[in-house]
Order: sequence, then structure tokens, then C-alpha cells
Amino acid sequence: MIATLLKATPPRARVLLALLLCVLLVAPAFADRYVVSVLVLVFWFAYVGQAWNVMMGFAGLLSLGHALYVGLGAYVSAALFVRLGIGPWAGLPVAILASVAVGAAVGWLGFRFRIEGVYFALLTIAFAEVARIGFDHLAWTGGAAGLFLPVSTGGGGAWWNLRGGPVFFYYLALALACIAFVLCAALRHSPLGYRWLAVREDPEAARALGVNVFRARMAAVLVSAALASVGGVFYAFYYNNLFPSQTFDVARSIEIILAPIVGGLGTLFGPILGAFILTPLGELLIALTEKAGLNAPGTKAVFYGLCLIVIITLAPNGVWPALKKRLGIPQEEA
Amino acid sequence: MSTLLAVAGVSKRFRGLLAVDDVSLSVADGEIFAVIGPNGAGKTTLFNIIAGVYRPDGGRVVFAGQDITGLSPDAVCAAGVARTFQIVRPFPGLSVFENALIGGLSHGGAIAQAREAAGDTLRLLELWDRRNQKAGSLTLPDRKRLEVARALATGPRLLLLDEVMAGLRPTETDRMVAVLRMLNRERGVTLVLIEHVMRAVMALAGRIHVLHHGATIAEGTPEAVTRDPAVISSYLGTEALG
Ligand SMILES: Nc1ncnc2c1ncn2[C@@H]1O[C@H](COP(=O)(O)OP(=O)(O)O)[C@@H](O)[C@H]1O
Ligand SMILES: [Mg+2]
Repeated sequence: MIATLLKATPPRARVLLALLLCVLLVAPAFADRYVVSVLVLVFWFAYVGQAWNVMMGFAGLLSLGHALYVGLGAYVSAALFVRLGIGPWAGLPVAILASVAVGAAVGWLGFRFRIEGVYFALLTIAFAEVARIGFDHLAWTGGAAGLFLPVSTGGGGAWWNLRGGPVFFYYLALALACIAFVLCAALRHSPLGYRWLAVREDPEAARALGVNVFRARMAAVLVSAALASVGGVFYAFYYNNLFPSQTFDVARSIEIILAPIVGGLGTLFGPILGAFILTPLGELLIALTEKAGLNAPGTKAVFYGLCLIVIITLAPNGVWPALKKRLGIPQEEA
Repeated sequence: MSTLLAVAGVSKRFRGLLAVDDVSLSVADGEIFAVIGPNGAGKTTLFNIIAGVYRPDGGRVVFAGQDITGLSPDAVCAAGVARTFQIVRPFPGLSVFENALIGGLSHGGAIAQAREAAGDTLRLLELWDRRNQKAGSLTLPDRKRLEVARALATGPRLLLLDEVMAGLRPTETDRMVAVLRMLNRERGVTLVLIEHVMRAVMALAGRIHVLHHGATIAEGTPEAVTRDPAVISSYLGTEALG
């Protein structure tokens, strides 16, 4: 399967991809801690951006509440670990199941009752808000005061309990981003992927060609929720603290979707490229304002807003499609 | 010949308007059947009822012995009925090939099989050279052809064609007529076509069904129907016979 995907990738893109991967693999040996930590964020946003892109970019479903699936993954795995001593690998399937179940509820409500477009987006926000308020009051997961993971636990170690150092999380995040990329590339060229595109372009025409629109949309939500959930597990064990007000916030949902929008909706490189553009710039801005002794918590949001305006004006389809043309990478051919 | 499609007394009302009024028709396996009538006669609505877009207020639709009344469009397609849209609906952001490929996925869903079906129908409709072009960038005649190719890629036994000749030049109409005749003769696809281009109707159809204000006013061979006084006064006029 990967072989056929590689064959479908233009040679130039293949070379660029291999180069990038090599650089990233050796980077921790040369880069300092700060750069490594920024790159972890880049990979993480590339990963969750890829997850969101399955719904919006492939199936045309706008989710503005993706922090919900990420947050559920984070909270479920963290709570199992802190409260019941269940490690992240065993907690992972439970976390995925939780997000998928909630995704199924969102999808069922939305698609069964034909809540489309903006109204569907509002529905996703509503679910995320309900989760935020719910977790605020759920004592078992620490409520509004937050849930904290012990930084070191007796046995287990880096791999088993995801209790490693920055370099460990660096490679883990890189692996996640790569896996998501390959998985989404495979999905994009699968029968399901083509059905998603058909539904995105014109649901009624898709139906006439035998596509079960409900099933295709549902599949998009479930795949996206499952992927996002895994990103949440990583998040919980990387940051070691969770607060409902941050985890499920609309601002978090927005932050998740910026990379794929800036990079190029529905493209495979878009989420990665977008994360590489936005995250370092955002982090740089934070560092600069801190150095200048300013305390302006809204700066990053304003900055992201400006970035969005500039990029949407210059490259309305995102940076990757524009860059692709510049680099002379041809369109995929049949 | 056995009956492939039987429409029995279907009606469809839009608020006050009776768009399709107790229409019955029966199409034999392997036949080319035309539905004609003035604009607003209810032809497209009749197609939408057969294809599962609308559930009829009354009556039944039976295809290949199976009652398909009220099935969803994708289920009707899976049963072997494909349709084109009068106002073409290509997937604009996808390539011509991907458009046809999606049609090809409907039987079974294997990619290799879908590719084959897509390639086959694109060659047939003379769109193969444009396969990597975005469907949104096609000219209207090419979009009409893509509409047919995509529907055909689903491998239907019955193909519902809604004004696929409209907007084509006479030479293009002749090519489309030739393709449709070939499909019918060599591949055994049964065709029901809604058409205003009488030249194409006369060249293809074995029988014609005439609708007016939602109701049937005539049915028969092209010769009989074009001589029918009711048809002449309501639709064809006198010049169309020339
Ligand atoms: N979805 C709809 N809602 C309301 N009225 C409709 C709808 N579809 C068709 N009609 C009306 O039904 C009548 C028949 O339309 P249609 O089947 O498109 O006619 P034709 O295809 O023969 O030109 C027209 O008067 C049209 O305005
Ligand atoms: Mg019509």
C-alpha cells in the first residue's frame, strides 16, 4: 500500500519528503531544548490538523469543536492513569472509544436531522462546550482545579508510561505526525476517500452515484475523532496537567484548525506545512513579548488572525497548493 | 421482452401544484423509451421519483421485479438504475477521471475495478484526453458527456437521461445519439430519455410517452405520437413536424 502511494507521489515531492524526514530525524542531536520543544508542538499541530482535515478537507464537514475529541482522549487516558493506575497504552483504546462514541453522537444528531454547514459547526461547538462545563464539575477528574499527572512513577519508564524527556516526546510526536500523514494519504486514495470527496463536492450527485452519504459522513467523523483522541493522549502525558477551561476551549478548537487552513484544506501536506509556518511564529512571538516584559495574553490570537488574513489573501487555497505550483510539482494524474 | 421498469399510478404534489398526476408507464428490458412534454410538464419530477429523490404521494415504482418505491437514491443506484441531472452536477473540484471513478465505485467498491469502469466510460464518451482536467473547467457539452460517463460507470441496467442533448450542437447531438445507440445495442443498457431535441428522440426511441401538466396525454410509437392531435396542440406545434 505504501509502495503504491509512493508511486503516486511525484518524484520531486518524494525527494523533498525524504530530505525533510532526514533533517527531522537528526535534529535533536544539534538543536537545543527550546527548538526541540517548539518542534514537538509543530508535529502535534500537524497531527491534529491532519485529523481535523479528514472531516473538513475530505468530507466537507466543518467541525469547530475538535478540542472535544482531543480533550476526551487526554482526560480519559490521564484519569485512568492517575486514578486507576492504568498505563497510557492500555488507556489508549478506551480514550479512542470515548471520543468515537461522542463523535458518533454528534454525527448521528447532525446527519440524521440534516443539520448542515454552519449549523453543524454550531452543533460541534455546543458539544465541546457541554464537555467543558461537565468536566469543570466532575470531581473524579479534578474538576475546574485541573488534573495532574505525576512527573515520575516508579517502574515503567519512558516507553511504557510515556514518562520520558523532551527528546523522547520529540520522536513520539514525529512518529504520530508521520503515521497520520501516511494513514490520511492511504484513506484519501481509498474508496472511502473518494466517497468523502464526492460528498464534499455535491452530496446529491454523490447519492445518485450510489454513495451512502450518511455512512460516508459518519465514517469521517469517527476516523477524525479517533485520530484526534490519540493526539489528546499525547497531550496529556506531555504536559502532565489538564484544565477543562483550556482543554475544551473554543480557542483550542480554532488553534487546531489553523494549520490545515493555512497549509491548504483537503491536501495532505497542508496540515504539516501550516504547522511549520504558524507554530514557530506563534512561539517566537510569545518569546519576544516575554523578553520585552509585556504581559499581553491575546497577542498570539491577534497574530494568528493577522497571519490568516495575509495568507488567505495571498493564497486563497492555502500555501501548499501555491507552493506546489512554484516547485513545479505536477497534479496527480490518472 | 420482459418489463424492466414499471411505474404504476405515481403522483407527486408540491404544495398546491400537482407536478406528476397518476402517471403509469412500463419500459421493457433493452428498450429505448422517451419522455417528452413542455417545460414544467413533470418529466424531471418523474425521474426524481424513480431515482428515489422524492417518495411519491401515491403509486409504486417496480424495477426488475423489486419494489423500489421510496428507496434512497443510493439504494436505487445500487439496484441498477443510474440517472443524469438536467442541470449537470459534476464534482467541480475533482478531475474528470475522479468523477467517473466515483461512479465506478458503486459496484463492490474495489479501486481497480472502479478505475477500469471509469477509463472505459471516459473513452466511450470521448473524455479520456481530458481525464486530468478539473471537471469544473469543462465546457457545457463536455459536462453533459461527463454526466453520462459518470452515471454509466455505475454499471446500470437502466439509464435515466434528463435532457443530455440540450445545449449540444447538431454534430455533437449526432455523436451522443450514436453513443447511446451503441450502449443500448451492444451493452444492453435500457434507456429512458427526457428530451426536447426531437431529431434525437425520433432517431432513438422505440416508444414515446408524452406528459402535459403532470399527466399522460399520449403514448406510442414515434409515428403515432407525432400525429396525435393532442400532442401537436400541447407540445409539438405544427412546425416541429416539418
Ligand atoms: N422541488 C420542487 N418544489 C416545488 N415545485 C417543484 C419542485 N420541482 C419541480 N417543481 C414544479 O413541478 C413542476 C414540474 O417540474 P419538472 O418536473 O421540473 O418539469 P419538467 O422537467 O417537465 O420541465 C413545475 O411546475 C415545477 O416548478
Ligand atoms: Mg426537466
